[in-house]
Amino acid sequence: MSFTALLQAIVDGVLTGGVYALMAAGLTLIFGVMDIINIAQGVMVILGAYLSYELSVHVGIGLLPGLLITVPLMFGVGVAIEFCFMRRLRDQDRTQMSILVTYAVAIVIEGILTAIFGVDYQQLQASYVNSSVHLLGFYLPDIYLIGFVLAIALLAGLYYMLYRTKFGRAVRSSLQNRTAADLIGIDVNRVRTLSVGIGVAVTAVGGMVFGATNSFNPNTGYDLISRLLAIVILGGMGSIGGAMAAAVFILVINDVVAVAWSPTWAPLVYFVALVIVLSFRPQGLFGRAAVRAQ
Amino acid sequence: MRVLRKTVTAGLVLGAVTLIAACGGSSSSSSSSSSGGGGGASSSSSSAKSAAPITIGTSLSLSGDFSADGQAFERGYQLWAADQNKAGGLLGHQINLDVLSDSSSPAQVVSNYQKLIGSDKDALVFGPFSSLLTVPAARIAARYGYAFVEGAGGAPSVFGAGLHNVFDVSIPVKNNLVTFAQWVASLPASQRPKTAAYVTVNDPFTQPQLPVAQAILQKAGVKTVLNKVFPEEVTDYTAIAGQVATTHADVVLLGSVDVPTVSAFTHVFIQQHYNPKAFIATAGPDQGAPFVKAVGAGNENGIFVPNGWYGGFKKADSEQMVKEYIAKYGGTASDVNADVAEAYSVGQVLAQAVQATHGFNQSKILSYLKSGVTLNSVQGPVKFDSLGENTAQTTLTFQWQNGNLVQSIPTATAGSTPPLYPKPAWK
Repeated sequence: MSFTALLQAIVDGVLTGGVYALMAAGLTLIFGVMDIINIAQGVMVILGAYLSYELSVHVGIGLLPGLLITVPLMFGVGVAIEFCFMRRLRDQDRTQMSILVTYAVAIVIEGILTAIFGVDYQQLQASYVNSSVHLLGFYLPDIYLIGFVLAIALLAGLYYMLYRTKFGRAVRSSLQNRTAADLIGIDVNRVRTLSVGIGVAVTAVGGMVFGATNSFNPNTGYDLISRLLAIVILGGMGSIGGAMAAAVFILVINDVVAVAWSPTWAPLVYFVALVIVLSFRPQGLFGRAAVRAQ
Repeated sequence: MRVLRKTVTAGLVLGAVTLIAACGGSSSSSSSSSSGGGGGASSSSSSAKSAAPITIGTSLSLSGDFSADGQAFERGYQLWAADQNKAGGLLGHQINLDVLSDSSSPAQVVSNYQKLIGSDKDALVFGPFSSLLTVPAARIAARYGYAFVEGAGGAPSVFGAGLHNVFDVSIPVKNNLVTFAQWVASLPASQRPKTAAYVTVNDPFTQPQLPVAQAILQKAGVKTVLNKVFPEEVTDYTAIAGQVATTHADVVLLGSVDVPTVSAFTHVFIQQHYNPKAFIATAGPDQGAPFVKAVGAGNENGIFVPNGWYGGFKKADSEQMVKEYIAKYGGTASDVNADVAEAYSVGQVLAQAVQATHGFNQSKILSYLKSGVTLNSVQGPVKFDSLGENTAQTTLTFQWQNGNLVQSIPTATAGSTPPLYPKPAWK
């Protein structure tokens, strides 16, 4: 193994981490606001990829401009899912039941996508999907750079919304104490609905970048969910910045181990790293209690 | 209002359940393919009209990791059943296919064959997709004494499982890369690659293939610069493919089972401005249009894939099948997945065994298939050795050339087009 290959692996890990942070952001936001573990997140990513595919192939709208349409569409999907399924969950067993409910949602979405698109693999194409920038001896793929910039921008936007706006205060208030939030006039149901909508809307961006870097079909989402869950647990469930840090941390470990040792051991190593971190910080790198108290 | 909401919710849940069932996303969907035979059956003998239909059961990966291949297999089985029904069915019995979905799961495939044979008492069974699922499925069939004819279980793990009821109509996979490796080794020293990279997913279909090719190439002086195995759960190939690119290997041999793996490697190679002189993948490029779409039109040019069959295969029944496929599903001959031919061949071979033994007696069918008789299929001749491997065919290597998948190696074989070498630049 050459030193160049190792450096390339670190660079790849950082850039790919941005893409995974984009996909995990919605998952951590929805958990942070509602205590719901959204097992359907992987399938939502694929739904976002298919929406971009439809606009790109059949309407002729490019991947980046298409986000102006797919993000609001996914927001609508999130609102509908919250209204139809998540709102029905009782507070006392919300987290446990959410796993079953969102799994059912995933199966329904997968079934619809299969009925419409079949199971043939697709991949999003654009001029910047295969191009790259040559910098300091490394080729940096444009699509990953775009994904990384989008991840920084969106996660910063989400952070600002949660911690610097009136809506964000309402979100965190209803999270800390629903009854008290009700008493001071916050419409908790509305806040939760909008939060899930935003969480799913962000996933549209992750879906576009994933679809441009990987072939996908309606079943692909299930391969993603274990890694996305590992990211949000390591980052601290509910922490937006934690998702970014954890995604980069996991992907760099994964890529370096894959290159320096063996791809077969890479998942084991990052899961061991996850266990070690959680042993010392059960709340994850940016723990949930601290997040809610900010 | 609350009652209305509950009603709406119940309706949505009911609708969702119905939709899932309709989509075949569950593990128990079933389909019949007798429609194609309706018209044709009227022209068959009078006994055909009076005999009761028979059911042939199979489990296919209609969802999960192998779903693209599973659905192509389903098309192959259905095309065969429709053709057979048009020709009067099997011994005068019209054929119904009973297809269960196994979600690409070895556990589910066991349940499915227990149902098909133990509960439903289907007259015959066809194999599933992949070597991974064939072994557990064949064990169930063996327990009931059923012959297990399959088209996608060619790994050594299948034939080494101690089963005596498995018959693979396709070529054994272990030597899939031999013709390609021999061709590389035969190149003049000035043109021959100096270095090779070997990367494979840890799948029973792919892993046995690479060491065989590696031995041939090393003997020819082609130095190994990378040899890695990656798990099939990988969702991000950037690091592995990037490492291949940093080696600048002259030839890349990729052990892949699907389109996404080959596509991911291709995109990383392009991004890293790395174009090997030769690039072969064990599966993925054989899937026609989905492969071309995934790598981007033009980038498929020059990529090799080993197989026993392709859409342009010159054989009358193969050409007829391809014609029917295109009429039903559209596309071109290059778009027809080799899985379709593998599945179709399963039906052909089992039908010949039934006709030769004049019935559906499993022990007679087993004896017949083991007798060393040479049978016919759209992929070519089929003759089983004692392990159930098809010894009558040899592997060919195909290459994408200017939008078409063409037979290329061995170069001296009839119908071969000279390989594009070195591989053309990425688009």
